[in-house]
Amino acid sequence: MINRSLVSISDFSKEEILKILDVAADFEANPNQKLLDGKVIASLFFEPSTRTRLSFETAIQRLGGRIIGFSDSSSSSASKGETLKDTIRMVSNYSDLIVMRHPLEGAARYASEESKVPLINAGDGANQHPTQTLLDLYSIYKTQGTLDNLNIFMVGDLKYGRTVHSLLIAMSHFNPTFNFISPESLKMPNEYKLFLDSKGIKYYEHLEFTDIVEAADILYMTRVQRERFSDHLEYEKVKNVHVLRNDMLANTKNNLRILHPLPRVNEIHTDVDDNPKAYYFQQAANGVFARMAIIATILGVKK
Amino acid sequence: MNKELKVNAIKDGTVIDHIAAHNLFKVISILGLDKISNPVTFGNNLESHKYGTKAIIKITDLFFQDDEINKISLVAPNAVLNIIRDYNVVEKKRVDIPDVVMGIVKCFNPKCITNNESVVTRFNLIDKENVALKCHYCEKITDEKQLYVF
Repeated sequence: MINRSLVSISDFSKEEILKILDVAADFEANPNQKLLDGKVIASLFFEPSTRTRLSFETAIQRLGGRIIGFSDSSSSSASKGETLKDTIRMVSNYSDLIVMRHPLEGAARYASEESKVPLINAGDGANQHPTQTLLDLYSIYKTQGTLDNLNIFMVGDLKYGRTVHSLLIAMSHFNPTFNFISPESLKMPNEYKLFLDSKGIKYYEHLEFTDIVEAADILYMTRVQRERFSDHLEYEKVKNVHVLRNDMLANTKNNLRILHPLPRVNEIHTDVDDNPKAYYFQQAANGVFARMAIIATILGVKK
Repeated sequence: MNKELKVNAIKDGTVIDHIAAHNLFKVISILGLDKISNPVTFGNNLESHKYGTKAIIKITDLFFQDDEINKISLVAPNAVLNIIRDYNVVEKKRVDIPDVVMGIVKCFNPKCITNNESVVTRFNLIDKENVALKCHYCEKITDEKQLYVF
């Protein structure tokens, strides 16, 4: 993994994923390890993303590294019309590692090919966001004690939601059972179902959010994104179809944890927040440890 | 019926037959035949028993490597190459879609980096029969219906 870019979760093997999770646990136990002394990390956010950027920058600070960069493209040369290629060539002369978020799909793969230093994709449009997937995996691993043989429910926008797609691919190493709950118009795309078929992984599709969740180990909720709909009426029709309320959790398993990549709108009622099974805020906190592990591993400073 | 083509036979070179008539000029452009100095003859909208109409190209003293000629497979999947030596067909070859398609096809995704910055497109062939190409960059799949060749 040393000196390799992380563009897509499928760039990492099962063993590499497990190694990152072990390192993340080590950083959680001991968060201030000054392993990046003398390293400069470029944080290039061509579109704003407060949570992801602050999580990365916290991870870098805790590791004792220095940060250069910008938090949206209006404060970079991109606003003067500089190409991504030129920006990356320039920045890779200054830094030891690049963290990049970009609104265009495929921008991360392209930038990683133009960069002299490794690049971590912090989200390229609706395409990939592998560090989110690793923090999701870390959250599952931490709360369940294993990644193997879990019953994972995914709820909400399964059509456009990149987090569920990447999580599905990453979890496919660990013999899961999937249950997909979504409105008809937001069902899991065929290509992912074919992928699961090819791996012999069981999955079930449901339109209704009912007591079937009592079988779940992980309930992964997602937001229905307004910006994905060209038809406002269609958005209004589906936005409140699957809302999780506290009373629905009464008979669920003790080990169940509720995950959500955030931001939440109203798909999880606030009365769930104080239920010990609600895990989405800790999940976000885990993002710092997962990102510390990714950065330290790629830079080869953590054995 | 007079089946004879109104173009001369060539002594040595390549004859590309069974090109769909509407894609003749794409084939010429992909192979760069508009930029070479060899004699090139082509016929378009010729009668074809199999496909209705077809196009044919004859190039004197030019022989293609397989990876060069396979570039036309996306626009002329039924093309047949006749290798001519001393007026005789010494070999017939069919085209084959390559596993990696570089710089010929446009990604259908308007938000793909390749449609917004000058990047050479690159696809991995994931389905030969129905022509499905996965973009190396945005990872979206361009299929036959969305296929646009530069």
